[in-house]
Amino acid sequence: MPKYIEQPRYSCAVGAMQSVVAIRRGVPILHSGPGCANKITSLIGQGEGYAGGSTIPCTNAEEKDVVFGGEKKLTDLIESSLKVIDADLYVVLTGCTSAIVGDDVASVVSEFQDNEQPVVAVDTAGFRGNNHVGHAQVVNAIIDQYVERHRGPVEVEKGLVNLFASVPYQDPYWNGNIEELKKILEAIGLKVNALFGHESGGVEEWKTIPNAEFNIVAGAWSSLPIAKHLEKKYKTPYLHFPYLPIGGIETSRFLREVAVFGKLDTQLVEAYIQREEEKYYSYIEQTADFMLEFRYGIPRRVYAIAEASYVLGFSKFLLNELGIIPGKQFIVDDTPEKYQAKIREEFKNISEYKARNVEVEFNPDAGESALEIERLIKGHPEKRSLILGSGWDKSIADATKSDLLIISPPVTYRLVLSCGYTGYTGGLRAIEDIYDRVLGTYR
Amino acid sequence: MGTINLKEPSVQIREKRLGTITGYAGGAEELLTQVKGCGIKDSKRKFSQCIGCNAGHAFCQLSLIQDVAIVNHAPVGCAGDFFGFNFVYRVEQVNRNLPPANGRYFSTCIEEKDTVFGAAAKLEETVREAFRRVHPKAIFVTTSCASGIIGEDIESVLDSLEKELEIPVVSCSCEGFRSKTWTTGFDAAYHAVLRKIAKPARKKTNKVLVPNFWGSHVFDNFLKDLGYEAQYIMPFSTIKELEHISEAAATIHICPSLSSYMGAGLEQVYGVPEVQAPPAYGVKGTDIWMRNIGKVLNRVDEVESYIKRRHEQIEPKLAEYRKQFEGKRAYVTAGAAHGHAIIALLSELGFVVEAASIFHHDPVYDNHNPESDALAQVVEEYGDIKKYHVCNKQAFELVNALRRVQPDLLVARHSGMTVWGAKLGIPTLLVGDEQFGIGYRGVLNYASRIEEALDAVEFVTNLSKHSTMPYTKWWLDQQPQAFQGGKKKCQNI
Repeated sequence: MPKYIEQPRYSCAVGAMQSVVAIRRGVPILHSGPGCANKITSLIGQGEGYAGGSTIPCTNAEEKDVVFGGEKKLTDLIESSLKVIDADLYVVLTGCTSAIVGDDVASVVSEFQDNEQPVVAVDTAGFRGNNHVGHAQVVNAIIDQYVERHRGPVEVEKGLVNLFASVPYQDPYWNGNIEELKKILEAIGLKVNALFGHESGGVEEWKTIPNAEFNIVAGAWSSLPIAKHLEKKYKTPYLHFPYLPIGGIETSRFLREVAVFGKLDTQLVEAYIQREEEKYYSYIEQTADFMLEFRYGIPRRVYAIAEASYVLGFSKFLLNELGIIPGKQFIVDDTPEKYQAKIREEFKNISEYKARNVEVEFNPDAGESALEIERLIKGHPEKRSLILGSGWDKSIADATKSDLLIISPPVTYRLVLSCGYTGYTGGLRAIEDIYDRVLGTYR
Repeated sequence: MGTINLKEPSVQIREKRLGTITGYAGGAEELLTQVKGCGIKDSKRKFSQCIGCNAGHAFCQLSLIQDVAIVNHAPVGCAGDFFGFNFVYRVEQVNRNLPPANGRYFSTCIEEKDTVFGAAAKLEETVREAFRRVHPKAIFVTTSCASGIIGEDIESVLDSLEKELEIPVVSCSCEGFRSKTWTTGFDAAYHAVLRKIAKPARKKTNKVLVPNFWGSHVFDNFLKDLGYEAQYIMPFSTIKELEHISEAAATIHICPSLSSYMGAGLEQVYGVPEVQAPPAYGVKGTDIWMRNIGKVLNRVDEVESYIKRRHEQIEPKLAEYRKQFEGKRAYVTAGAAHGHAIIALLSELGFVVEAASIFHHDPVYDNHNPESDALAQVVEEYGDIKKYHVCNKQAFELVNALRRVQPDLLVARHSGMTVWGAKLGIPTLLVGDEQFGIGYRGVLNYASRIEEALDAVEFVTNLSKHSTMPYTKWWLDQQPQAFQGGKKKCQNI
């Protein structure tokens, strides 16, 4: 955990309430101070979803709750939430107030669970960790307290996989990304539990989590504790692909790794890859002349300041498919030390053709990193740069006349609906979005 | 009872200082009678939704001061609202011809071990780092639930940093659990500035202070004609300007829910007269406000001729709008004083304001002058509002009530509320700029936006056909105030 942060780009553990909002007909119940949900949705929540934002029930801790405890108030709130909110799953998240005071939330909630009500409790005190960590805690709690109680018999279903990719809302494009990954995985013969977003089947789908043949983690580290938990609990093996696959090369690599891991029909997989690559590269081919010929300058160097999953995914994509060379890369998600080596290793192997020494820094104090990027870009005034970052970076992008693609919260300058950057389609979308910004700068 | 006490590091919360309530259902007139009879009833709810806390409102007023850094002494999640304000800061710089810059906001990232071993060292380090990076003219430290419960002596930490860094390092006490009335955060910010930044007057100036958000500068010409200069304070102020607010000729309000404490504080501590009439919304309200400011600034005759002139200018257009809107039914949901302002505007334009969901109710402002009561003035000028709910957001009550009332128009004034109008197929309007509706011109401004909202029926009608409803049928069949309980209590204020 950092000493201090300027320009925070993630939330606290309570921020994982957004993961509940991302579950169909799921509703978070906050046992916290009155401001938590507002602050969270202000950073990572464009749109209310089904029952997020100002719909979220909350005990709104007051002074007397902090002194005398708030268990009774929580009991009342859960009881009334079950009556008022029409949902399939109610997840109680506790904030700093109740955690410091020491409310026994588990015992409050267990009464509802004993009555077969779909209520889950997670200790997400804000000071215990960020929302990357909170996400895994929330998912694991739902598995232990809901799925385990309501599932059918655990029978491995051939070809069924659980997909753990983006942290909903922390990845602004989570819905589009999950949708695309599900689409390509189903195209090679799997049945995918998306679990979050439009392509998921809600709680009925969650109940089949134990039956998966294997789990897929597509991302640097946030979802690994979920896969490990499921491995221990249901002996489900998992494949870890440590970044988001963006564009042709990485998407094909991802599908092949899945195919090997899942012992899928190679012919079917290769046929799909060939078909998709053909389409994908025909588009790339169309744009190659533009990238080589455009005389007024397009970015040749990229500085990323974002989550590990995107920094890695985009670096590989931009270098190998667009010829944009990675400058220093800043990872802001407070990646635990034990996962950092693997990420550095991936950067070492970023090119098949030459040794590249990409400098990588893990630093959640993004305000400091942003200033460094500004210095680095100003040190090379002859090169046009692309910044992959957040709304905070509009300032340095303007100051250095760089192009900015926002891939990390706060996203304020973009309205996100179904956009995603993973897969073949996502790669093309990324190219369009990057050069749309570049060309938009000319008068 | 005086309400301004600058000796205390923390401002007293509104519930205690003003008897503010956040739960009520009844008529507006009845509420006013209860206040007079000292039997105001605050309700508690067995079901409640996220309110929002006063920390964001304190941050709102402090973070847009031009030359400061803010340290939020809290876990990182509490810093979730940093960027929202930074966005406003940057957008509004353009409107004020200021160079582009990010706001400089820091989180101390309180973690578990700090709740056990203390977070004071962390606070010191963060303040020093903020100073090193930013070289601000002052640093404000906003507190949180976590820092509050840890309960360290922040004052003494900041006092010694102030000596070390030789700039004001000022605490702003805004723990989320302190108050159910989020506007207490405004008071906390003003308290911090009055206590540690403002200095005694060296001379008197012709400036008229306008504590505000980042609204348009509507008072410039009017005050200039009277020989005064408008000075919009807090967002986009500099520390130097705030040091000298005591020298101003008067304070006016765009919304006493915002600046009640500042207005009374400046008058009580530094003798800056406060224009105590409710803000200038609606023709009648503007007349009253104009006459009040005429008295305070000693420009009674000038103001009378101004009123006459402006009436003549707007009357023809106003008559057209009134004809168009006559008898249409409106629902208002907004903060207290600004909500009353919107009710006045709509009534002026011929709407029947059938119901309102107002986020809190201050029975009195810090000046303790009954003539400042914006709701009383609205009821007196335009009649009772039969369904007057006080609910601090609580969308479930709003949705329930909206479905029953089925108004022709919903006017909302906080995010997260408008969507319910649209989902129910009701033309809905949110005007962000508080100053947009002020004065005579403001009535016409609002009318033109209402006309647009009423015109765009296709959008809301089509959206409502495809909308989901997270509330149960059971709830929608209950009365909106079904979860409000609680007892009558006498507020001795």
